[in-house]
Amino acid sequence: MEKKVSLWQIFAVFAKIGAFTIGGGYAMIPIIQAEMSKRGWISDDELPDIVALSQSAPGVMAVNISIFAGHKLRGVKGSIAATLGSITPSFLIILAIAMFFTAFKDNPWVERAFMGIRPVVISLILVPMVNMARKACRTWWAWVLAAVSLALVAFLNVSPIYIIVCVLVIGFSATWFKISRLRSK
Amino acid sequence: MTALYLILQLAWTFFVIGAFTIGGGYAMLSLIQNQVVVEHAWISESAFTDIVAVSQMTPGPIGINSATYVGYDVLFNATGSHFLGICGSLTATLSLMIPSFIIMLLIVRFYMKFRTSKLYSGTMAWLKPCVVGLIGAAALILIFRTTWTGMTPSVIVLSDNFPDWKSWCLLGGAFVAGYWGKVNPVYVILAGAVLGLLLY
Repeated sequence: MEKKVSLWQIFAVFAKIGAFTIGGGYAMIPIIQAEMSKRGWISDDELPDIVALSQSAPGVMAVNISIFAGHKLRGVKGSIAATLGSITPSFLIILAIAMFFTAFKDNPWVERAFMGIRPVVISLILVPMVNMARKACRTWWAWVLAAVSLALVAFLNVSPIYIIVCVLVIGFSATWFKISRLRSK
Repeated sequence: MTALYLILQLAWTFFVIGAFTIGGGYAMLSLIQNQVVVEHAWISESAFTDIVAVSQMTPGPIGINSATYVGYDVLFNATGSHFLGICGSLTATLSLMIPSFIIMLLIVRFYMKFRTSKLYSGTMAWLKPCVVGLIGAAALILIFRTTWTGMTPSVIVLSDNFPDWKSWCLLGGAFVAGYWGKVNPVYVILAGAVLGLLLY
């Protein structure tokens, strides 16, 4: 990286990555890896760290990766160029569909196709949930935590935001006490 | 005036969603759904399900895609103007990303310290199962709605999303294909569309 990468180039590369990623963040990783290491922007052993961080920071993973990679290349300006690049293709596509779909929503063919699509979509939310549960729920209290969160939102109509804030505070305090107790021993 | 008020509401709603989404796009869906369908009632459950379908089939992250779509729909449904619809989708998409931006820039500064912190990984061990529950709830809310009269709940299946037994077969089949078959979501949705045309 002797030569400074231009902001336009960052935008263009991330627009390409954004345009070819279907199915969310994880599908993006191999494409980012190919595009980044080809240009020597990010080494292969850096990527797992970046992915782990982007996953755990708030927001969408793909956007977080773009912010991180862009920052490495050109600082805050690079982050902005990378983020705008990665969302521009999908933004334009969604906008076109949203405008088009309002005109065709009541078409009987479209309506029948969506009657088949709707139940399928719900399964496609359940699949990543089960995959996540297998990794995140390894103890009995993790299952209890998952079940209680699910019940509060699905049956008692509690806002997920309150649940996240509560678990954040409880989890942080519990970890804090655990660590300080270990230190004092 | 209504349009301006709606845009400000959208900006604040999606800023909060962006700040409190932990665990990626599907976790974000549960927050978007809660705010947009339950709290503000801007969009119906079945319209939201359609938005999720479109967001899964098109390129880009599912959370951002649905924010773009919701932003357009909210303003267009209220005003009937395509221009205001575009303003709405820009507002929702950008507001959603601002918290990530601030937080990621902070994280970059403290990169290695942050990753190896026991306090951090301990807190995440609490948050991850909770996020699993939230995603599960997002799926369940698209199947039925629970209303309470005093202490007695009544659970109603959403007939727009599940009109008959064939819908339940589609749900089961798609789960088998996606989970055990590892079929790409785009193909699962396309298969759903073809079956919808054949069955109904």
